[in-house]
Amino acid sequence: MIQLQGIERVYEVGASPVRALRGVNLSIARGDYVSIMGPSGSGKSTLLHILGCLDRPTAGSYRLAGQETADLPEAELSRVRRHQIGFIFQFFHLIPRLTAAGNIELPMVFAGIPAEERRERARRSLEVVGLTARAGHRPDQLSGGEQQRVAIARAVVMEPAVLLADEPTGNLDSVSGSEVVRLIERMNTDGLTLIVVTHDPQVGGRARRCIRLADGLVVEDTEPPSRRRSAAPAPEVT
Amino acid sequence: MNLLDLFRFATGGLHGHRLRTGLSVLGVAIGVASVILLTSLGEGARRYVTGEFATLGSNLLILIPGKTETAGLAPLVSTAPHDLTRQDAEAVRQRVPQIRRVAPVAVGTASATAGARSREVTVIGTTHELLAIRHLKMTSGRFLPEDLPDAAVCVLGARVQRELFPDRNPLGQRVRIGDWRFRVIGVIEPRGTSIGLDLDEVVEIPVDTALRVFNRTGLFRVLAEVNPNADLDAAGRAALEVLRERHAGQEDVTLLTQDSVLTTFNQILGVLTAALAGIAAISLGVAGLGIMNVMLVSVSERTREIGLLKAVGATHAQVVAVFLLEAAVLATTGGAIGLAAGLASGRLLERLYPDFPVHAPEWAILAALVVSCSVGVIFGILPARQAARLDPVEALMRRKA
Repeated sequence: MIQLQGIERVYEVGASPVRALRGVNLSIARGDYVSIMGPSGSGKSTLLHILGCLDRPTAGSYRLAGQETADLPEAELSRVRRHQIGFIFQFFHLIPRLTAAGNIELPMVFAGIPAEERRERARRSLEVVGLTARAGHRPDQLSGGEQQRVAIARAVVMEPAVLLADEPTGNLDSVSGSEVVRLIERMNTDGLTLIVVTHDPQVGGRARRCIRLADGLVVEDTEPPSRRRSAAPAPEVT
Repeated sequence: MNLLDLFRFATGGLHGHRLRTGLSVLGVAIGVASVILLTSLGEGARRYVTGEFATLGSNLLILIPGKTETAGLAPLVSTAPHDLTRQDAEAVRQRVPQIRRVAPVAVGTASATAGARSREVTVIGTTHELLAIRHLKMTSGRFLPEDLPDAAVCVLGARVQRELFPDRNPLGQRVRIGDWRFRVIGVIEPRGTSIGLDLDEVVEIPVDTALRVFNRTGLFRVLAEVNPNADLDAAGRAALEVLRERHAGQEDVTLLTQDSVLTTFNQILGVLTAALAGIAAISLGVAGLGIMNVMLVSVSERTREIGLLKAVGATHAQVVAVFLLEAAVLATTGGAIGLAAGLASGRLLERLYPDFPVHAPEWAILAALVVSCSVGVIFGILPARQAARLDPVEALMRRKA
């Protein structure tokens, strides 16, 4: 699904360039569940943005579903983001003036999907995240957990291949945090490739594969032995 | 993404900031309203003046003694103009076949007295033909007699009649004008002002009598009516030629036609209207800056939203379109409100000053809407491009404001 080769990302900040990524090689299979961890400044967010085609690598090759993205024009990248990638963020990034349903419809609006189909698909997405009753509420009328679930519904409504989560529980209490994690894990079970960036080891530890970054390099890449899918009840997320 | 969805999303963005949105809409509205109002005034002035002259009739020649145009060469002989006389008027009538009516006009002021009542009046000395040339109508009695150019009779304007004879029939009564006594033979229908002369405040007497009353030999002007199917310019040239011959070869008479007067006034007032519109356009430009400012604030406030739009797959062009449309909606709403306000205050002015026609020219109405919409687009380009150029990563990394 995802193949990274020699990915570098250099920021020009003032006089001295900052090398956020220094040659990352990574291959992620379709339907995998990967967490990316590391201390702040290790480059994990940069990596996520590059994976999400929001940022371009300074050097290296990124193939998404077999397609090289590094040299795609901006409009094509928009299309890739629209159809292949779903994003969820620590701060939800819902548009405050739109209702839950309106927020979920947004990607479909830009994709030019007709209004009727949008409504139907938004309705189904809300059902999936268990917020049918909240369809007409605006974000400020929803709890944090509910907001994040709306954001998840929005991220998957275009049926992307990859869901990228940037600290998805970072702004939630433990109960709604674990709800959110369970929700995206369920989507992973249904075949969605799930990549979670977090500095919370308990969230990161749940992934089938855990990648640890430090100073812009992959320093650890394991499938934690503790992880037993479908076995013991999920540990409490804090 | 279709236009309706785009429109809905863009106008949604305006809802969040009612006050700010309202103020910038107000700015455009004021700009457009002032364009409409000022051009209405200019156009009204033009219509007022041209309306005044239009009552002259399109086949009228006006001959005025003296030459107002500057000649190229210093004349060798004296340029003191000859008087324009009764005989000149007669000669024009007889020798220019296209001319069917001629009215000599002598003008002076005098006090008119009837019994105990007295007032200043403008006295016009003329002949019976003025009635037809100026399309005057009689309320009672008749106009000046055809065959008695020096009779001691007079015709009263409507207001003069009202004031001198408020409660009795003036026909046959005596009126003293200056030191002379006249018999009233008719009253003219109310007519109102025409070329600066209020015909209701005038007393008409036979021309020869007038010249004697005012002790003059020269006329104020000569009005000549040309056959409707004859060439006005040719008739004018012929009349001038006759006068030049009679005035020892000197061109000392000025010819005015309604056309030439109207053209000149139209030009002057057209420029005036354009200047007024230009002044108003400045305020529209300032309003455009207001919109740009609002849009720039909006872009910087909605950085996170823009980042999100990009993350969910909005293209550069779509982000530009969202913000451009937002600006255009702002401006056009302002334009529509301004248009309504401008037209309404025009109406109000019309109520207050019924004499002065306020008229919003059609082109100004159309232009106001087109211009306000394009103001929005033009001043929206910069903010919209700034929005589209935002780096989505940075935009998304912003913490909650």
